[in-house]
Amino acid sequence: MKREITFTLNDDIVSVYVESDEKLLDVLRYKLGIKSPKQGCGRGECGSCSVLLNGKSVRSCIIYAVEIDGQKIETLEGIQKNGITKLQRSFVEHNAFQCGFCASGVTITMTEFLRKNPYPKIAEIKEALSGNLCRCTGYKSIVDAIADATKEGE
Amino acid sequence: MSSFDYFSPKTLEEAVQLYNEHSASARLLLGGTDLVNMINDEMIKTNAVIDLKNIAYLKQLELKDNHLYIGADVTFTELIESDIIREKFPVIWESSRKVASMGIRNRATIVGNICSSVPSADSAPALLIRETIVRVMSVNGKREIDIADFFIGPRKNALKENEIVINLKIPVLNKSFGGSYVKMGRYKGEDLAQVGVATLVTEDLQYRIAYCAVSPKPIRIKKAEQLLNGREFSVEFLKDVDTEIMNAISPIGDIRASKSYREKMSSVLLEKSLIASYSRLKGNKPEYGKELL
Repeated sequence: MKREITFTLNDDIVSVYVESDEKLLDVLRYKLGIKSPKQGCGRGECGSCSVLLNGKSVRSCIIYAVEIDGQKIETLEGIQKNGITKLQRSFVEHNAFQCGFCASGVTITMTEFLRKNPYPKIAEIKEALSGNLCRCTGYKSIVDAIADATKEGE
Repeated sequence: MSSFDYFSPKTLEEAVQLYNEHSASARLLLGGTDLVNMINDEMIKTNAVIDLKNIAYLKQLELKDNHLYIGADVTFTELIESDIIREKFPVIWESSRKVASMGIRNRATIVGNICSSVPSADSAPALLIRETIVRVMSVNGKREIDIADFFIGPRKNALKENEIVINLKIPVLNKSFGGSYVKMGRYKGEDLAQVGVATLVTEDLQYRIAYCAVSPKPIRIKKAEQLLNGREFSVEFLKDVDTEIMNAISPIGDIRASKSYREKMSSVLLEKSLIASYSRLKGNKPEYGKELL
């Protein structure tokens, strides 16, 4: 049973026809051309498909697109619309990612986290990051980049 | 072709009606962090998914008539960010922070967590020691289930086929207390509990002890509590308490821990939890949310 859903995607209102069991991730990537969220584990554990839903990071691979009708979705495409953010610049400076597959999810998760907690402690950064798996870096460069981007007084 | 039809009722009445019509094959959807994976893995087959997130009543999180009400659509993040939970239900607050990771807590609900009824449910020990009432509704009306009777076994609970959990009702404790939830996983980040224990000590020295992940269902162990009731806490009592704990639990060995490791850790974590709870009762550290392992 196909149905039309309408939602806000990075400040644009979009409408799209979806099947009941189509995942938000697949609709974003294959119907709407939003390629920043990636499918990693496909079961909500690795965080690489993270998007912001009404400002909160969620796993788009375990959300049905039909659930999003009337809601607000933000992806990296929206967040960096006016150029890369301070956090992203810090990731670049610290060479924080190697393959980059987790980068979008990490950036989404940290974008939410830093809006709530702009000057986090290292332990808080690590806890907030614990649902985003990176298989390249051992996390140190990622945590360093976040810590650097959030130093108090900057 | 979709494998199921999707419904998003706007009222409870509509929801129970729909669920009744489709009950044998329908599934209720809140955060979906368990359900969607189970459908993906074909662990369950369903031809009707009923999304409860558009029912405003289920977003309720409020104190009323000396009880806290947590609606079925309240997420762990909403609990963590609530001042009521942090101040009056600190063990629920502490254990909510231990559930999975932020991206899951933003979506997963505490009611969904207990409805999944897995033995390791992080929210269960805290709900057990606060003597939570599970309020359910079906076309036949409403009823209340004591959380101690709610869990039956792995992924099994006392809900009838057409019943929907609408909220949790938790009595406010009108005396001072200290409590804690201690969870052990294989590593500090996101993991299911190998052992989880919640304890509570009230100013009149009544103790409450509940576990997850060490028996087929989350359990409260009153026989162990009775050995402590009325006494100022001392670790010397723990030897006797341990005997009752070992009688009550029956852990399995699995990929996360062996049976004997879970047994030993059940004692170790109980000690840590009781020390923290008693210290908090007396107004001392560790503050809630502090790592207790």
